[in-house]
Amino acid sequence: MAKNIVEFRNLKTYFYTEEGVVKAVNDVSFSIREGETVCVVGESGCGKSVTALSLMRLIQSPPGKIEGGEIIFDGRDVLKLSEAEMRKIRGNEIGMIFQEPMTSLNPVLTIGEQLMEPLMVHKFMSKKEAWNKAIELIKQVGIPRAEQIMTSYPHELSGGMRQRIMIAIALSCDPKLLIADEPTTALDVTIQAQILDLLRKIKQERNMALMLITHDLGIVAEMADYVVVMYAGKVIEEAPVRELFKNPKHPYTRGLLKAKPIIGKRQDKLYTIPGQVPNPIGLGNYCYFSDRCEYAMDICRQKIPQLTADENGHKVACWLYEGEWKK
Amino acid sequence: MDRLNANQPLDYKKKNNPKKAPSIWRDAFHRFLKNKYAILGLVILTFMFLFSFVGPYFSPYLDAKIDVSKGNQPPSAEHWLGTDNLGRDVLLRLMLAGRISLTIGIAATLIIILIGGTLGSIAGYYGGWLDVIIMRLADIIYAMPGLPILIMLGAIMSDLKIPPSQRIYYVMFILGFVSWVGLARLIRSQILSLKEQEFMLATEVLGLRDSKKIIKHLFPNVLPTVIVSATLGVASSILAESALSFLGLGVIPPTPSWGYMLSAANNMIDFAKRPWLWIPPGVAIMFSVVAINFIGDALRDAFDPRQKI
Repeated sequence: MAKNIVEFRNLKTYFYTEEGVVKAVNDVSFSIREGETVCVVGESGCGKSVTALSLMRLIQSPPGKIEGGEIIFDGRDVLKLSEAEMRKIRGNEIGMIFQEPMTSLNPVLTIGEQLMEPLMVHKFMSKKEAWNKAIELIKQVGIPRAEQIMTSYPHELSGGMRQRIMIAIALSCDPKLLIADEPTTALDVTIQAQILDLLRKIKQERNMALMLITHDLGIVAEMADYVVVMYAGKVIEEAPVRELFKNPKHPYTRGLLKAKPIIGKRQDKLYTIPGQVPNPIGLGNYCYFSDRCEYAMDICRQKIPQLTADENGHKVACWLYEGEWKK
Repeated sequence: MDRLNANQPLDYKKKNNPKKAPSIWRDAFHRFLKNKYAILGLVILTFMFLFSFVGPYFSPYLDAKIDVSKGNQPPSAEHWLGTDNLGRDVLLRLMLAGRISLTIGIAATLIIILIGGTLGSIAGYYGGWLDVIIMRLADIIYAMPGLPILIMLGAIMSDLKIPPSQRIYYVMFILGFVSWVGLARLIRSQILSLKEQEFMLATEVLGLRDSKKIIKHLFPNVLPTVIVSATLGVASSILAESALSFLGLGVIPPTPSWGYMLSAANNMIDFAKRPWLWIPPGVAIMFSVVAINFIGDALRDAFDPRQKI
C-alpha cells in the first residue's frame, strides 16, 4: 500500500466573527496516499476549501484560526513549520489551482514571467533554463504555439487556456500533491472535460497525488479513487469511489446521488434534499444533518455520531449504522 | 542544463532568447514611441533641459558683472530678451533659473514617490496598526493647508539664515514632504483592492516572499497611477516653487528661478512697461509643464498591456 502523503488529523479551523464562532472545519480527519486522487465533496460552505487552505496555511488570520489538530505532509506537521519553511512547500511540494482562471493570473505580467517565477524561486534555475522549462510545461498542458504564449498577457488567452496555464504553473516544480479547488466550475462543459483529462493524464505521468475539491458528482465518478463527503465542517462519509457510488450509506450522500440528473432518464423535477444547510454559528452537540434527514431518530438530535468504519473500510458518521457494528 | 529533460527538442535553443522576451518595460517603451504627443513632450522637455543646463555656456554674459547703467533694456540683437533692472541678461537668467526649477520639480517628485509609494504600499499591504499609524500621519499632514505651511517653512528658512545656495535643497524636501500624502492614499487604496484579487492568493500559493509579491506583482499594477501622479507632481512642484519664490519665500536672489523671475510682474511698472521680464519665464513654465503632462499621459497608456502595440 502506498504511503500517506497528507494526513489530516482532527483538524479544526474556526473563524471568529462578530456573530459568533464559525466552525468551518470541525474535527476533520482523512488522508491522501501517494498518487491517489481524493475528491472532497460537499455543498458550498461546508469547509472543503478551508480544509485545503489550512493545509497550505493560508487561512487569513484574523478572523480565521487553526484551533487544533495536525496536518502531516510528507512526514512533517505543516502546522508547526515556520513561515519560511512553509514558503518552500507552497508552490514547490504542493501546487494549487483555483476556481477562477480569469482572475488567478496577474493581468500586467506576461504568461512567461508568471510561469518562470516559481522555477527561479524554488528550483534556482537561470532565466534561460526557466524559459525552456516553461515552454516544455506549456506544451505539456496541451497549448500549441508555446513561444507565442510565453510573451502573451493573460487577457489574450481564453478561460480554458488560462486554466491550463494555471495548471502548468502549479505543476512547474513537480509537486507531490496538487490541490485543485473546483478547477472546472467556471469553464464550459467541453473545456471542463479537457481540463479533467489533462489533470488525469498529468497525475498518472508524474504519480502525483491530487486533492480535488468539487461539488459535481459527475467529476467525482470520473476522477476519484477515494471520496470524502463533508457536511457543515465535518466528514460524514468516506469510501473508495466504487463503494460510495454503489453503496452510499449516509442519508446526505444518498440525497446527493439522487439529486443528480441521469442521462436518458427524464424527470419532471430533480430530487432535492429538503431544508437548508444549518447556520454554521453555534451548532450544538447533535448530528447537523438531523433537521433535514428523513431517517432522523431521537438520538440524532442528542449526540454527534462518530465516523466509524465497516469491514470494507467504508466510513460513515450516522446513527443509523451504529447498531449494525455492535452486532 | 541538467535539470532540463534530456528529451527536449533542440530547436528551442535557437529560437528563443529570454533577453528578447517582452517585459512590461519593453512593451511600454514600444507603445510610448508610437505616441505623437509623447514624442512632442519628450522633444520639448529635452530642449528645456539642454537650454537650461548647456545653454548658459554659450552665453557671452556668463561672467558679466552687474551693471545698472545697462538695466531695463528692451530686447535687442545684443540682449535677445533684454536686461533686468540690474543690467543682467534675461536670457541667461532664464537658462540658469531653468536649472533650479527643473531640478526642484523632479527631485521633489522623486521624494514624493519614494515616501508616498513606500508608505502607501506598506499601509495597504500589511494593514493593521501600521496602516493606522501611517494613515493618521497622512491625515494630519493632509489637514494642514498647503500654502500657509509652505509660507511658514519659508519664513523659518529665512530666520535660520540658510545660505541661498542651499535653500533649493530645503525647498525640494519641503515640497516633497507636504505632498506625498495624496500619492500614499492613492496607492494604499489600490493595493487594498489588488491584494484581495485572486492572483495575489495565487502568488501566496506559489510561496513567494512579501517583498517579491509587492515589487513584482503589486507594483506593476499600480505603476500607471504612480506615473500619472508623478508627472502631475513634477508640474505642480515647479508651480509650487514658482509660487513660493513669487512670494519671496522659495529661492532667494541672486539665485534665479522661473517663479522668482515671474515675480517681476508684481511690480506695476515692470508689468506694464517691461513684458520681457516676466513673459519668458511664464512661457518656459508653461512649456515644461505641458510637455511633462504629455509624457505622463503617454506613459500611463504605455504601461497598460491591454493596449495594442
